[in-house]
Amino acid sequence: MTEQREWPLYEVFVRARRGLSHVHVGSLHAPDAEMALRNARDVYTRRQEGVSLWVIESALITASSPQEKDAFFEPAADKIYRHPTFYEIPDGVEHL
Amino acid sequence: MDVATSSVRQGYVLGLADDALVAAQRMGEWIAASPQIEEDVALGNIGLDLLGQARSLLTYAGSLETPVRTEDDLAYWRDEHEFRNVHLVERPTADYAVAMARLLVLSTYLCELYALLRSSTDGTLAAVAAKAVKEVDYHRDHAAMWVLRLGDGTDESHRRMQAALDSEWPFVDELFDSSYLNPVLLETGVAVDPTVLRSAFDRRMADVLTEATLAVPSTRPAPGGGRSGVHTDAMAPLLAELQGVARAHPGATW
Repeated sequence: MTEQREWPLYEVFVRARRGLSHVHVGSLHAPDAEMALRNARDVYTRRQEGVSLWVIESALITASSPQEKDAFFEPAADKIYRHPTFYEIPDGVEHL
Repeated sequence: MDVATSSVRQGYVLGLADDALVAAQRMGEWIAASPQIEEDVALGNIGLDLLGQARSLLTYAGSLETPVRTEDDLAYWRDEHEFRNVHLVERPTADYAVAMARLLVLSTYLCELYALLRSSTDGTLAAVAAKAVKEVDYHRDHAAMWVLRLGDGTDESHRRMQAALDSEWPFVDELFDSSYLNPVLLETGVAVDPTVLRSAFDRRMADVLTEATLAVPSTRPAPGGGRSGVHTDAMAPLLAELQGVARAHPGATW
């Protein structure tokens, strides 16, 4: 009997146009990365959403876990000095 | 354009249109029946590309008649013997390997055909070809990807991919048969002589099949006849499904 295996999951990133970053848009199944790229083209860019695609096998992504949220992100909450908000903006500077 | 010229030209356009229309209908059958949902979308897109080509070509074919007929008139109200598509596209594709073998053959042929048809002296055909050539190039890529994976996959997938190729191959020759073409179409640069496409087709097919560890079949050609309205047993049920709703509810819109 043939072994039945589920195709691996891939995460899809689309660059909407030149100058923008690739943005995560979703995931899909594919037998390998080459096919994942083609599936992504068909599923996520059929309405001209992008000019460039990245795919990566979901298992290869190391992600922070919800349990680590406090240790990872809480300490930044009261460090307001990390925000560049203590500068006097000189006159005549429009786009700051 | 006088009536005779229009009618000769229309015959050629209908052959192009019906190949695309019937291939689109078979491709649509895979939606919700593919091995994976991603493939449903991929084959749905490919079918819609082909349907878009068929619509442009049918609209043009209809405009060459007096009185003018619409794309719907031609798609839904012609009978079997009036369809000009090759036998390759009309037969069922019960096995996914057959669908991919067929798509590889068809899109490899269409890539070569549309590339040359871009230079047709007929402005409408040239414009349709210029748009379609990019679409069929992607179809070819998609089919080649699967033929490679199935051919060079497991023993079972290799066996079925080779069987699928063998089943499609007798219908390859009809694509390159120019005997139905009125010589005027070639002399005036309206049509592409399909015989000149064969060597490029053979080369590109051999490249894919060699990499996929598959053999180029040596099956004998089927008799053909699609271009003159003679079709296989598969055509009547296909048309019944394609035309059933339009004929049961004439003039209905949604």
